[in-house]
Amino acid sequence: MATKTGEQNLLLPPRASTGQPPAGAVRNWLNKEGSAYAFLSLYALAFIVFIVVPVAAAGLLSFTFFDTIQPPQFTGLRNYIVLLTQDEIFMRYVLPNTIQFAVIVGPGGYGLSFLLAWMLAQLPKLPRTVLALILYSPSMTTGVAMTVVWRTIFSGDQNGYLNSFLLGLNVIQEPVQWLQSPQYLMPIMILVTLWSSMGVGFLAMLAGILEINPEMYEAGSLDGISNRFQEIVHITIPSMKPQMLFGAVMAIVATFQAGAIGVTLSGGNPTPQYAGQLIVNHIEDFGFLRYEMGYAAAVSVALLLMVLFFSRVANRLFASED
Amino acid sequence: MQRKRSFWSGGLRDSGINPQGFHPSQLKFYVVLLPLVVFMLLPIIFIFSHAFKPPDELFAYPPRFFVVNPTLKNFTDLFNKMSTSGVPVSRYLFNSVVVTLVTVAASILVSSTAAYALSKKRFKLKQTLFAINTVALMFVPIAVTIPRFLVIQKLGLLDTFAVHILPGLAMPVGLFLIKQFIDGVPNEVVEAAQIDGASDLLIYWQVILPMIVPAVATIAILTFQATWNAADISTLYINTESLKTFAFYLTTLTATTAGANVVAGQGLAAAASLIMFLPNLIIFILLQSQVMSTMSHSGLK
Repeated sequence: MATKTGEQNLLLPPRASTGQPPAGAVRNWLNKEGSAYAFLSLYALAFIVFIVVPVAAAGLLSFTFFDTIQPPQFTGLRNYIVLLTQDEIFMRYVLPNTIQFAVIVGPGGYGLSFLLAWMLAQLPKLPRTVLALILYSPSMTTGVAMTVVWRTIFSGDQNGYLNSFLLGLNVIQEPVQWLQSPQYLMPIMILVTLWSSMGVGFLAMLAGILEINPEMYEAGSLDGISNRFQEIVHITIPSMKPQMLFGAVMAIVATFQAGAIGVTLSGGNPTPQYAGQLIVNHIEDFGFLRYEMGYAAAVSVALLLMVLFFSRVANRLFASED
Repeated sequence: MQRKRSFWSGGLRDSGINPQGFHPSQLKFYVVLLPLVVFMLLPIIFIFSHAFKPPDELFAYPPRFFVVNPTLKNFTDLFNKMSTSGVPVSRYLFNSVVVTLVTVAASILVSSTAAYALSKKRFKLKQTLFAINTVALMFVPIAVTIPRFLVIQKLGLLDTFAVHILPGLAMPVGLFLIKQFIDGVPNEVVEAAQIDGASDLLIYWQVILPMIVPAVATIAILTFQATWNAADISTLYINTESLKTFAFYLTTLTATTAGANVVAGQGLAAAASLIMFLPNLIIFILLQSQVMSTMSHSGLK
């Protein structure tokens, strides 16, 4: 007994008075869990104010009519019904554009990231690092810095680099208005986004491939795996499912986050004949140009649900057993 | 935290994953990768080349990709210029530097303290809170631009310096990556410090932080990129011209509206693009090995 109290004095700060019972459950909880919540508090505050509240507000506003001047009026499901049945621009342009863009850029960029990461993993460290840096660098340039470059390259007069190049080769006879033509805007948006899609997910997958224990491959070859393709399907991907899933979520988020690209390239919202109009632009169009905040919020909710849906699909594909 | 060295059961190997040296079997990968890498690199080279072109080369016909007579004229013009509303360009750049430094420091503090609690502390809601953050990885900020605007308006943050910094502080990817990294720190290390009587704050500062430098570096890069490149915050939330950032100033240079301005703005925009891009590149080169070691903990289960 004597030794035990001695030990306790070493471990715990000495109590003011001896033998006093802990003052209630709150004190007890504070002692046990208080510091954990103290450490969490800064992040939690920022998380609630700038993520949870805006998402909740979008959810609530989506059931209202709100023009920012009058207080929101509850209108039930009206916004969603209008979105699905009466919004011709949404159904004819925005939704097909978004799906086309997302299906090519999402899985396309993701597949490309994995394939490049896998090839890079077959090289020694120095060339691998240099090449990975080059492939990653476009993803740092998102947004404004690249506008200058792409606008100059795809410029619509004969001074544009692509026009000048193609005129020189006699492929075209007249300069093409690349960024103002409905038929070219979408392919250019896809190309530019794919170009910058080797981001965090790409690095995670590269790290994941490098982490795989080489003995796995040895065991695989004993089990009759004879070519690199079988190796990828049966060893590489199953061994790095967590990284594959992380990469997939990053790819999905990046795809929908990249929505402003059409407006950036063409220089205006709406994009020419709505050719590059994505769901994000539709939200801005209604929210900041027409001040129909309730309707814009309903479109936001639709967008968040789409992201959630695609992430669920990725989850199904790469869920770990444990 | 060091990456395991890869060996065949025999000696060093030169083929397969993570080889130690060159092997002829790697040639096929170079053949595929190199053209692609060159293609990816072209726009980047273009940023550099374009920024140093004198006016006659910027508008040369036929246009030339590489600069012939490089000049610093675009940069000197840029820094001698006032924006249309009378704010010197250096003021935008100063704002960007301050905003980015403060945001990076604050983001590291906010994410790493929370990650320490989620990884090493014991409390009831731990799993739930981490699961919520994992769902938030899918959060697309651009989707809630409007409700965010309303929140910022209600908080009275419109047209303040703080609005550049606060919205970006909760970064679910950041918390996730640091938390996964701290999971790699053995519990015994923390317990040993507790037995020595160290407080939580001391453990966080002297034990955990020095062991998670790679993860901190990674968060620093991600926050840097998000903040330095952000033009929309200045567009949406700031009215006072002297509070806006360099990224915003660049968007005014590339706006297609004023006819004469486009010609004059070409050289300025080229120089400004390079100034925007270069810090990203330098910081990533300096910290890339830290990022790679963080990424090997990035798995999502």
